[in-house]
Parts: sequence; structure tokens; C-alpha cells
Amino acid sequence: MSAVAADIAAPRSVSPTWGRFRDALRRHPTAIFGAVVLLLMMLAAIFAPWLGTVDPQALSMLKRLKPPSADYWFGTDMLGRDVYSRVVYGTRVSLTVGIAVALLSTVLGLAIGMLTGFVRWADAILMRVMDGLMSIPAVLLAISLMALTQASLQNVIFAITLSEVPRVVRLVRSLVLTLREQPFVEAATATGTSIPRTLVRHILPNTIAPLLVQGTYIFASAMITEAILSFIGAGTPPNIPSWGNVMAEARSLFQIAGYLILFPGICLSLTVLAVNLLGDGLRDALDPRLARRM
Amino acid sequence: MFAYFIRRLFATIPVMGVVALFVFSLLYLSPGDPAAIIAGDIATEEDIAKIRANLGLDQPYLVRFGTWLWALAHGDLGTSIFTNLPVSHLIAQRLEPTVALTLCTLVITIAVAVPVGVLAAWKAGTWVDRAVMGFSVLGFSMPVFVIAYLLIMLFSMQLGWLPVQGYRSVSEGLWPFVSHMILPSVALGIVYMALIARITRATMLEVLAQDYVRTAQAKGLSSNQVLLGHALKNASVPIVTVIGIGIALLISGVVVTETVFAIPGIGRLTVDAILRRDYPIIQAVTLLFSGVYVLINLAVDMSYTFLDPRIRY
Repeated sequence: MSAVAADIAAPRSVSPTWGRFRDALRRHPTAIFGAVVLLLMMLAAIFAPWLGTVDPQALSMLKRLKPPSADYWFGTDMLGRDVYSRVVYGTRVSLTVGIAVALLSTVLGLAIGMLTGFVRWADAILMRVMDGLMSIPAVLLAISLMALTQASLQNVIFAITLSEVPRVVRLVRSLVLTLREQPFVEAATATGTSIPRTLVRHILPNTIAPLLVQGTYIFASAMITEAILSFIGAGTPPNIPSWGNVMAEARSLFQIAGYLILFPGICLSLTVLAVNLLGDGLRDALDPRLARRM
Repeated sequence: MFAYFIRRLFATIPVMGVVALFVFSLLYLSPGDPAAIIAGDIATEEDIAKIRANLGLDQPYLVRFGTWLWALAHGDLGTSIFTNLPVSHLIAQRLEPTVALTLCTLVITIAVAVPVGVLAAWKAGTWVDRAVMGFSVLGFSMPVFVIAYLLIMLFSMQLGWLPVQGYRSVSEGLWPFVSHMILPSVALGIVYMALIARITRATMLEVLAQDYVRTAQAKGLSSNQVLLGHALKNASVPIVTVIGIGIALLISGVVVTETVFAIPGIGRLTVDAILRRDYPIIQAVTLLFSGVYVLINLAVDMSYTFLDPRIRY
């Protein structure tokens, strides 16, 4: 009966999806802006070859350092490569690194965090290791790892992940420690639920919301770290067009060809801003008390 | 309280131990055989083995870690592969610009971010608040070097007010020093400002909702007295904590900022070392900066009792 009443009471909208979207837009305009920009960037990454781009690696000695024009929207670099194409293809690198680091570090952090929250001897050892890793500034940690290995996209992702994991572990551990004392977990233990089952069925679902927010912020900061690493020559290999690499190659040329830094810089900042705004929106929607990442 | 300080000091030992183990492991795993490099091209296998034994490179991992720690305790950070000079010597040479840059950034950041955060909390919900929060998100979203280049393009290349790059020591005069420091400090400070302004605003909002703030207002104190004397004083612990944690951002940023502005500091040394794969330098800088970070946060922890007399250990 109540379902029927709700049906009658519900305001009739021509298009329910659009109505809901408009509602969300009014309440979280910046978050929706972030989502839309991120979506556009993802589309650009997927459809890079069909967006009026040429081969981002194609050299042309005759067309070096051409300023932006109708033919070369973002100009050409010192090897005559089309910067617009390099920037569009660069979207792929930044988003791949951002999403991969966010996923990897939340999954790893979740596993280690749950372990430390439930196994006392593991807690003592693992948290000392995490404290140690956290006291190495993220970029330096990544630099030391990258210096050891061959420059490759996987290694960049791994190096940035390692510097992000301790913060996730801390978050998960504090969540688990609070959840462990909750009546529903006590009830589960009292009825003879095994520890692994308690972790998966009762603890895990309650960590999802904060982790989603944290993951979004990691997504944003990983893109910045990738750009910084590439910029100082310890990141994505030079044969892959990433925003950081395009800007790194312009390091000595910025006084005569500022556009080489401007366009990838704007794209990077806009994407990171979009993800940050999305994260703020998620945080407000999921848990208003959750403090912003430090 | 003194006992707490001592306990807290000892608590940093395992942390630094993990850092040292990490840094040493990287050195241990670094590709290339130092003995082969020293021996040169025409050395036989026996020669290399002899040099390896002399350097202690044939010892097991833990023994080498012990030797390395012992040397470290005596101020020996190893020898640069590229220049063959002691790393501690190279770092000492480059220390001044980095310390100057960090201190300038710290001063500018705190001088701007804390008042701005207080203002945003005081004017919560107004356009002032929204503008501050907007700039803060933007600050989080731009890498240091993009901010740095935008500043150079505007203030050095377009307006011609400040030098593009370079570093001048204080001994060369105050204005040359300051004019070369303004842009790098601002560029480096933006992320840090965003962080501190945010936490200042959040903490102040919490404190301003307290009863004693209402009492202070009710007994007729001016806004300034309420904000600075009552509210900010009680909000200082979280703010100082974040200033300490944020030093990590500052250190990461130093490496990039010095590259953009051609400042001959430790950051620049690190970037050059990356290009030359000079592992001892990279490891020493990582160790040094992590140590500074741990020490600063130790000092922050200990400052709590002075900031808030209610905190006793």
C-alpha cells in the first residue's frame, strides 16, 4: 500500500533521469563539473586516434618549434612533433597511472590494513614499516625506486603505489579498530562466525565509502606525482608521450616556446582539479565528517 | 613531561631504522658492480674479487648494513659515483640555497595561509569563504612546476619585475637575494598554503562554535580579540600538526622548484644524480630529507604542551 502511496506522491517528471541529474547539479555543482570533465578526458583518451591527431611520435625537422596555429593547434616541439596529438595521447598515460595507482594502493592498503587491525603481532611490525615509509617524502620515495629500475609505465605505477599504500593502511586500520568494537561485529563473533568471514561480510562493506573517497584523492595526487617524476627525468620513458614528458622536454625552451608547457600544464591541472572536485563531492555525499586527505 | 620527550625521542628510532633499511636496500640492489667500476676495463676476475673483498662487498647483507650504519654514524654518506667526491661534502656545498628556499617558503606560506584560513572561517558561507576554498582546491590540483612556469611567464617575462631564474646568496646583498627568492618560494608554497588554509578554516569553524567564543563575544571583546586571542589560540594544535606533516610536500616540491628556477641546491643535486644514475647521492638525499621530516614532526609533537597547557604527558 505504501508503495502505491509513494507512487502517487512522487512528482511527475517528463524525464526522471534528467530531473535527478538537475537535482544533483543544484546540490553539488562542482562535483558534477568534475565528473563531466573527467568523462570528457576519458573519452579523449579512448578516442585519441580519431580526434584529428597525427602520430604523436612523428618527427619533422622542417616544422620545429612552430607556434600554435590552425594547422598545429598546440604548436610543434623542438623535434617537429605535433603537440596537440602528444597532449591528447598523453591523456591515456595520466589517466592510466592515476586509475591504476588508485586501484592498486586501495586494494593493497585494504588487505594490509585489515590484517593489522585483526592480527596483533602483524600490527606491530607492519605499522613500524608503514611509519617508516610514510616519513620518506612521496616524490623522493618514487625517485629512489625509479633510479633502480628501468623507466617503464609499470614501474612508475609501482613506485607511486608504494608511497600511497601507507596512508591507505592507516585509514583502513583506524576504521577496522573502530568497527571491531561495534555490536554487530561482537554479535557475529558470538554466533561463531570465523574471522575471515567477519572481515569479508561485516568489516569490508563498511570500509568501502571512505576508501572510495580516499581512492579518488589518490587518483588525483598520482597524476601529479607522475608528471613531477617525468618532469625531472625519473618517470615515464621519453618514448611515451605523457604530459610530464612534453613539459620536461620544454624545460630549456620555455622562454621561447611557453606553449609547450602551457597546454599540457592546463590539461593536467584541469584533470586533477576535476578528480579533486569529484572527490570532495563524494566525501560530502558519503561521509561529511571524513577529513580531507593530509 | 621530560620522560615523555625522551620516550618520544626513542620512538623515532624504529622509524628511522625502517628508513635506513629501505635506503640501504636500494643501494644494495642498485645495478652495476662498484668493484668492477673501480677496477677498470683491463682488470681480471681475481683483481675485481680482491677489490670486492677490500670494500667488504662480499659480506652478507646484514653485515654490510651494519658497516654502512657505522659509517653513517660517523658522518660518512658514501662516495658519489660520478664525481668521486664524498656525498656529505657535495650536500654541504648545496645546503645553503635549499635551506634559504625552504625557510622563505615556510614564512610566506604561514604568513598567508593562516590569516586567509581564519578569514574564510570568520566569513563562512560568503563569497570570501568560497573564493578561499576555490583557490585551495586549485592549489592542490596544479603541479609545482606548472605554477612556477606560469609565475615566471607573468612576473618575469611579461612584466619584467623579477629575475627569471638563478640564486643569489644573502652575502651578495639583500635585494638580489629577495628578488631571486620571491617566485620560487611562492611557487613552492602554493600547495602547502592550500593545505594549511583548509585545515585552519576547518579547525577555526569548530572552535568558533564553542561556548567560550560566544561568551567572549557576549562580554564585548572585539572581533580581533575573539578570533586571535580565543579562537586561533585554541585551534593552534591541529594547524601546527598539519604544518609539520606538510613539510613532506615542501621537500618533494624543493626538488622540482630548484630545477625550474636553476637554484644550485640539494634538489638540483638530486635531479642531476638521477640523470647520471649516481645512487649514493639519491640515497643520501632521501635519508637526509626523511630524517629532517621525522625531526620536525618530533618537534611539532613536543610543541603541543606549550601551545595547549591542557596537554600534559
